[in-house]
Amino acid sequence: MFALISLIKIVIAVVVLLTAVAYTVWLERKVVGRMQNRWGPTRVGPFGLLQPMADGIKFLFKEDLTPPHVYKPLFIAAPMIAVIFALTSIAVIPIGNTVTVGGITTPLEITDVNIGLLIVLGITSIGVYGVALAGWSSNNKYSLLGGLRASAQMVSYEVSLGLSLIGVLIVCGTFSLRGIVEAQSGHFWGFLPKWNIFYGGQFIAFFIYLVSAYAETNRIPFDLPEAETELVAGYHTEYSAMKFAMFFMAEYANMITVACLASILFLGGWSGPLFGPAWLQMILPVFWFALRIFCFLFLYIWVRGTLPRFRYDQLMAFGWKFLLPLAIANLVVTGLVVALKG
Amino acid sequence: MLHLILFLVFGAFCVAGAVNLLVQSHPINSALSLIAVMVSLAVEYLLLGAEFVAAVQVIIYAGAIMVLFVFVIMLLNAGEEEKTRGSRVAIIFGVPSVLLGGALVAWVLLRRSGTAAVAVGALPGDPKSVSMLLFQNFLLPFEVTSVLVLIAIMGAVVLAARPEQAQPRKKA
Repeated sequence: MFALISLIKIVIAVVVLLTAVAYTVWLERKVVGRMQNRWGPTRVGPFGLLQPMADGIKFLFKEDLTPPHVYKPLFIAAPMIAVIFALTSIAVIPIGNTVTVGGITTPLEITDVNIGLLIVLGITSIGVYGVALAGWSSNNKYSLLGGLRASAQMVSYEVSLGLSLIGVLIVCGTFSLRGIVEAQSGHFWGFLPKWNIFYGGQFIAFFIYLVSAYAETNRIPFDLPEAETELVAGYHTEYSAMKFAMFFMAEYANMITVACLASILFLGGWSGPLFGPAWLQMILPVFWFALRIFCFLFLYIWVRGTLPRFRYDQLMAFGWKFLLPLAIANLVVTGLVVALKG
Repeated sequence: MLHLILFLVFGAFCVAGAVNLLVQSHPINSALSLIAVMVSLAVEYLLLGAEFVAAVQVIIYAGAIMVLFVFVIMLLNAGEEEKTRGSRVAIIFGVPSVLLGGALVAWVLLRRSGTAAVAVGALPGDPKSVSMLLFQNFLLPFEVTSVLVLIAIMGAVVLAARPEQAQPRKKA
């Protein structure tokens, strides 16, 4: 029974995640289009809503080129590594309270482990290999530079990302993502939700997390690994068809994971007003959670449509000389606040 | 039962990765084998109930240190290593020493360790007990190690810095 429920949850999670990935791409094209005074996709279906489907079919039927000079085993493995680790991290992310269907009550996540946050960090840190190995195995200077930039950038920003999360851990006292959400229930002074972002210096931690997460997911303004003006397409220059689509899926799945983590760690997860009949009270937390994720994804796209790209030395200087000291200072202050409060 | 099977499977994985690390002639394949070893070790920790140690193993070794290894191999664009027959000294002294060491470890494990079985998760493995051990019982060794690491970092900086350049170099 347990195995069956888990299997159903895994299937649902993967399907929902992949659909979300496809429609994030659609959303990005639509929103960036409007920001640049264009329409974005309009031809396939109403509002271009079937565009992701058309893209998927195109990717499947395109010729899958493997250039002769690549190192084949890693060239084929790299996109798989990227997409597998991007999809796996969703396993420990809770998206709501428990649901009861047909007398069976089950929490809304594939598995609840007491080190959930560390597992997400571990899985995403292995995801770097997809990009790095793609760059190396392509045997092409642009790809290699893209892969090198990606691995240097991800290692650098992972440090401040990890340090920014420790403040939250100090406040909540648990690694379990569900526990962190539960620690944020209630209100400050009766009206302000008791979200971590409002606690002490955690606003700074939120800022650090967001910036480092943008760098970790290789998004503008940190998309140096695939900077098309200098590197053609960076690490995925030599990839075509479904292998290219895998990198694309991995990037967007990582964006969604980042948004999930940000909502859980800083914005109270799925908390929100509950009303109506029992079935509505079951669905509403998921809705509030999805709303937060949508806001984060919109912010991603907004930033993409607004900011120019960093120069590489600026990127490194910003990470090591600004974000890292700030994260350490925030950590010390948070520790002091919690210690003084007792 | 499933635990035991998984433990043996990942143990075999670990050993196979370690052997592959030595056999491969291309540095990047060796580095990837080492990552496989690290990850299987993490799974073994997980199966023994030490979840925190497992997660830290993946984050630090597989996620950070090995990325730097791969980074350096990519940066230097290291090619295939040449295969040699190895030195005679290593064969005469190395192989017997390895056998002797292995036998010693096996003997100690079989004879000197307690024979009572320990349930999974019975030993301290959660974050709280690990940090209690680290920051209370073993605080002094921990701090001494941190000083040691600091000295190593400074040594690396001194060795890597070019003496003739006065102003700091621009990062590439």
